[in-house]
Amino acid sequence: MKGQRMIRMVKRDAISSKKQWMIRGIALVGALLAGAFLILSLGHNPLAVYKDMLAGALGTPTVRRETVKLAIPLLITAIGISFAFQMRFWNIGAEGQILMGAVCAGYFAFFQYDNLPRPLLILVMMLAGMIGGGIYGMIPALFKAKWGTNETLFTLMLNYIALAFIKYLKNGPWKAPHSQFPKMAMLDDRARLGKILGIHWGWILALVLVVLAYFYFTKTKQGYEISVVGESTDTARYAGIPVSFVLIRTMILSGALAGLAGMLQLAGSDYTITESTAGGVGFTVITVAWMAKMNSFGMLAVAVFIAVLERGSNKIQTTFKIPASAAEVLTGMILFFMLGCEFFINYKLVVSKREEAGA
Amino acid sequence: MNTLLNLAVAAVLAGTPLLLGTLGEILTEKSGNINLGVEGMMFMGAIAGLAAPYLYEQQVLLVGSTPSKLAGAFLALAASFLAGALGALIYGFLTITLRANQNVTGLTLTIFGTGIGNFFGEYLGSQAGGYVALGDELKAAFANLSIPGLSQIPVIGKLFFQYNWVVYFAIVLALCMNHFFQRTRVGLNLRAVGEDPATADAAGINVTRYKYAATVIGGGICGIGGMYMSMVTTSGVWVYNCVSGYGWLAVALVIFATWNPARALLAALIFGGLTVLRLYLRIPGMPMQIYEMFPYIATILVLIVTSIRQSRENVQPKSCGKNYFREER
Repeated sequence: MKGQRMIRMVKRDAISSKKQWMIRGIALVGALLAGAFLILSLGHNPLAVYKDMLAGALGTPTVRRETVKLAIPLLITAIGISFAFQMRFWNIGAEGQILMGAVCAGYFAFFQYDNLPRPLLILVMMLAGMIGGGIYGMIPALFKAKWGTNETLFTLMLNYIALAFIKYLKNGPWKAPHSQFPKMAMLDDRARLGKILGIHWGWILALVLVVLAYFYFTKTKQGYEISVVGESTDTARYAGIPVSFVLIRTMILSGALAGLAGMLQLAGSDYTITESTAGGVGFTVITVAWMAKMNSFGMLAVAVFIAVLERGSNKIQTTFKIPASAAEVLTGMILFFMLGCEFFINYKLVVSKREEAGA
Repeated sequence: MNTLLNLAVAAVLAGTPLLLGTLGEILTEKSGNINLGVEGMMFMGAIAGLAAPYLYEQQVLLVGSTPSKLAGAFLALAASFLAGALGALIYGFLTITLRANQNVTGLTLTIFGTGIGNFFGEYLGSQAGGYVALGDELKAAFANLSIPGLSQIPVIGKLFFQYNWVVYFAIVLALCMNHFFQRTRVGLNLRAVGEDPATADAAGINVTRYKYAATVIGGGICGIGGMYMSMVTTSGVWVYNCVSGYGWLAVALVIFATWNPARALLAALIFGGLTVLRLYLRIPGMPMQIYEMFPYIATILVLIVTSIRQSRENVQPKSCGKNYFREER
């Protein structure tokens, strides 16, 4: 390597948060530029497409409500998985936890709606959703705590099992009566959520959860325990934290929030359960939680941003015939850039001359 | 007997994309990188492997001649390899050079690759005025082979000598890879990188180069597995979400195969069988949808059993999941 210039990477000591956000901002612009190139290569004007996306997601009160509706499950589930991610437990089974939450809430919504007074019915549905998701999240945590079973794949496989379970329900025991097609019935009005400002009240719950999650992590002992376990299980053990217990407790919480999102999706948005009740939310929220650095207020911003992308992608599909999967492509690109830019926050590049090359 | 024979044949056909995905991921993990983007890379391979022969066919038909089977097969293979490798290159650049978290980068690659596959699948479809479908001529390039003399032998011929060429390609690849890890210097070096990059580095092995090579080639192999889904499984028609979890099964099969390419053959056969079991073996009273759970339940059981047994041999390369920082040795 002698005789040529070398680029070395040097760890930065500290970097002002203003500079950090500037680097992230540049990365976001870079991702949108990369997306623009893709749009350009398809023969469309990127500016027009982006503008149409924005208009389709935020242009009128109706679409704004739709965008918020999309953001609700994203936000609640993202908060849920951030609990698990904080302790380096890779819960990518939120998709399944959402579905199981919807199924458990669905039992009361479909079959017990005339046995309970309405407020109680909704409350029972919420609890059932949280218990369903919580138990589904607890299973992999139990095995992880006992034998160190790989949780990434375990949680993932549970997604497909939940999906097959829904298919079974809609083909068999829960099939709508008098329906020719295998599908579940629509909810009775009593089991549907009321609206506030034109959107089901799940959005208020989501905002409350943002604040609660923030306090949980910064102000409570449990939140502290989670972050210690995430840093190092050895340190946690040394400090007398019951690691297995924290693992299981946190995963129940994580799954319960996903299950709650599933219940809201059932009772506030879809009014029935299908294979697409979770609709990829369980995967998208990984992006949301990571981009927000696990900060719940950050997740609020990112969830709305992703909802705008998804909603906007539906719009450009009709206007420009650009497939709606563009949302996934763009989300992926943005996260790639975000992941890459962390490097420039943690390290700086130093160009060294030949004398220093051996250093 | 006949049902069993049919099940075995179907298991081989369904197991081949799993085998390719597993082989690609084994190669990647041997270098110490866990790439959870197999699903995404398979999607990228699936669309590229379909788009290349499709566009070639369109060009040839414009001129008025007939497309060549050999060219179509080669284009599908090359394009899917390159697409998978491109996905892996993004992953490699982020994790090896920019030291990003391997789990999140892999998951992002899955989101991105799934998007790319469905995006271009639908885009080409809308350009074609409906959906993308290959003509009969090129479809035949992926049909079952008929080897004179061998394919006609009763039972044996059906069991061994009448698959499409990708099946044989995957099996040969598994055997070659086994030899590569066990018997060649480069293969041993690669294993050293995966086990202990700092020591390998001190011994003069270029860790970065090995990691990049293994990750990118591994991704390319996963891409070929995706091509199998779009060219063989759905016979040259783009089906929305066609890879649907096969990539994730492949990641799990790596554990089942204990990072051993030869054992991956058996693992893929068993799981291929599980995915098609419902068509051949009906258990009375068992609803169809419950069969769909089998491969996933089996995977979970495998995960649990291997985690309980934790044998010293046959475990994941030690540095897996951790990025190598030379400066922080």
